[in-house]
Amino acid sequence: MAEQIKTFKQLEDIKKAYLAAQEKYDYIVYVCGGAGCVAAKCDVIRKTLIDETQKAGIGDTVSVVQTGCMGTCAVGPVMLVTPGNIFYTELTADKVKKIVTGHLAGGKVVEEYTYYDAALDKHVPKMDDIDFFKKQVKIALRNCGAMAYNDIAAYIARDGYQAACKALTELSPQKVVDEVMASGLRGRGGAGFPTGIKWQAAHDSKGDRKYMVCNADEGDPGAFMDRAILDGDPHSVVEGMLLGGYAIGADTGYIYIRAEYPVAVERIGDAIDQARAHGLLGKDIFGSGFDYDLEIRIGAGVYVCGEETALMASIEGNRGEPRQKPPLPFQKGLFGCPTNINNVETLANIPAIVKNGGKWYAQYGTEKSKGTKVFALAGDVVMTGIVEVPIGTPMREIIFNICGGVPDGKKFKAVQSGGPSGGVITDLDLDVPTDYQSLQQLGAIVGSGILIVMNEDTCMVDSARYFMEFIREESCGKCNACRLGTKRMLEILERIVDGEGEEGDVELLEELCEVVAETSLCGLGQTAPNAVMSTIRYFRDEYDEHIRDGICRAGVCFTQRDKKAYPQRLRGRVL
Amino acid sequence: MDGKTVTAAKNGCEGCNQEAFDEIGNIIDLYKDKEGSLIQVLHRAQGIYGYLPLELQSYIADGLGLSLSEVSGVVTFYPFFKTKPQGKHTISICMGTACYVRGGKKLVETIRDLLGIEVGETTEDGMFTFVVERCIGACGLAPAVMVDDTVYRQVDEEMLKAIIEKYRKGEVSA
Ligand SMILES: Cc1cc2nc3c(=O)[nH]c(=O)nc-3n(C[C@H](O)[C@H](O)[C@H](O)COP(=O)(O)O)c2cc1C
Ligand code: FES
Repeated sequence: MAEQIKTFKQLEDIKKAYLAAQEKYDYIVYVCGGAGCVAAKCDVIRKTLIDETQKAGIGDTVSVVQTGCMGTCAVGPVMLVTPGNIFYTELTADKVKKIVTGHLAGGKVVEEYTYYDAALDKHVPKMDDIDFFKKQVKIALRNCGAMAYNDIAAYIARDGYQAACKALTELSPQKVVDEVMASGLRGRGGAGFPTGIKWQAAHDSKGDRKYMVCNADEGDPGAFMDRAILDGDPHSVVEGMLLGGYAIGADTGYIYIRAEYPVAVERIGDAIDQARAHGLLGKDIFGSGFDYDLEIRIGAGVYVCGEETALMASIEGNRGEPRQKPPLPFQKGLFGCPTNINNVETLANIPAIVKNGGKWYAQYGTEKSKGTKVFALAGDVVMTGIVEVPIGTPMREIIFNICGGVPDGKKFKAVQSGGPSGGVITDLDLDVPTDYQSLQQLGAIVGSGILIVMNEDTCMVDSARYFMEFIREESCGKCNACRLGTKRMLEILERIVDGEGEEGDVELLEELCEVVAETSLCGLGQTAPNAVMSTIRYFRDEYDEHIRDGICRAGVCFTQRDKKAYPQRLRGRVL
Repeated sequence: MDGKTVTAAKNGCEGCNQEAFDEIGNIIDLYKDKEGSLIQVLHRAQGIYGYLPLELQSYIADGLGLSLSEVSGVVTFYPFFKTKPQGKHTISICMGTACYVRGGKKLVETIRDLLGIEVGETTEDGMFTFVVERCIGACGLAPAVMVDDTVYRQVDEEMLKAIIEKYRKGEVSA
């Protein structure tokens, strides 16, 4: 049986032993094993490294560690060599061989294979000097890409489970809620509701049983930050769930993961097993008398199941349809019991907040939006990948200074923030701070943190049509406003991109937007019009050009739109 | 339900793969006392049987003490659950936002031309099933294509052709 961890001292001892074992190596090589790098065949890189170091006779002095996503998906596979923090990118087996002989055996950095900064037109070997890393503040991602994701000792060596130990042995549940309240943390799943207030409500509600739920459904197309955390630092989610369970008085927690993330399911499962084996889940955790365990539930490909009431229905084994709120989950949630639901990123912040205190977390961010936010960048941007910055960091800083701007000499057109329920931000507003209030005023949202950068070749009307098609497909059909409203809106948008738009279509769209937003049952329908309203607000001229002049300046519409690309999915729906 | 009733239900299905049904029966036994476990059972059952034909749905309904319509209602709600046999390989073209703006839709046409099937269909030789996904979480690598569990990044038409050829020739096993 594995060592049962009951005290702070044991955590310290495991940490010391782990660090001492690392000291023995001349080099530690961290190979990124995030989803992007897996797709880029990082397994070959890791194997070559191990084989070649053996061959060079330095197998015993070099440790090869597989980590989660380092954030630089665009230039994968990547690896980091310490000491020195030398960052190698776009690796191949051949490059690795040369790095082994040159750097690991020869002691000389192979500069030509290190990170290349296109803007500066030179290699920047040291991670600490690279703009992409320098300008980030990592709290939710603190361990992601920095340690072996599959080893509880590695997590403990980075102060993991210290927060849980402190909470369960020294703090009352109310005190834990207080810290979260003081941190100003808001839910990172999309709605941005203050986490402390939610926890307080769940803490105060009465029930024989209470549940804690982790929303790992990450359904927004373009979102991959929760996946990076689940894959790269599963223990921080487990610890976040443990702290949440203790704070609200739950005995069971469910982690609901989408079926499209089999790797995440496996890694979270392993982390739960390890925690359980060490007594960090189960009975009498840290000798405090607190009993708590976690279970995984796997989704089945429905976007609306990310909505909390639908998600609970799905955990109960039913069709994942949303229901009217109130009652809110803390009043009547899973199996009718008080329940608290949080997003993956929200939970990953919790151990750091409890360990360092709410005040510490609140020093980051703006007056009203505290802390940091993870963004997933995709589309027409040099460094597609994952970044974490203090909330309020202007969009220009994120897209141009951290992520290198728009590639191929193309012009920036807009950035879509927040996915299907978000909106676009144009050049004019790139210096606005990215906090919850400011983005809302622009008609966009922080949302789950998706940023899709669009260059001049993107048609804004077509992008609105795209999002509407997504929502129409994903509408569960339960309420009329959403089911019929999105269908009507999609018809109008299709008409416009097919060159059959009519005068008055835009006004009709605006009217429909208002009705659907106001009368839909759940967040899906309520936010469905956002993408349309936002593109009308900033790109009305493009709509008019399509309708009046039959011109699509991006050259996307009127031609090859593929009507069969999304046939009705086999889903027993009438419409 | 005890082991015996499960066996009785099992025998009710003619022409079904008995071994697979037995295995699924064991899984049902494992889950039947847990609250709300239908979806987990369906996942495991599809993992074993490949898809969820009506006979299997009815078998699961019996095992968990649910009605067939309850089970069917759930199966048809979630697109992850398949009611028809799937090809040996599943090719998923991502049509998430990132992949869409970076050329995912051209890839859909390419597949249609190459395999002569529509989205959701399976080739006659049972080799490939063609699906589109909303987002497979590989947006940093758009456009992304997934064959079975392997993700291919920044795929263009030529690459896609080569990938299909590779699977057709059996150079990659299922
Ligand atoms: C249609 C729809 C889809 C959603 N999808 C997700 C999702 O994939 N992941 C998530 O964390 N929250 C999602 N949410 C938000 C959840 O309902 C809920 O607000 C969130 O899980 C609460 O956690 P937080 O307070 O930590 O953000 C979705 C909401 C709606 C309306
Ligand atoms: S949009 Fe293709 S993986 Fe996300």
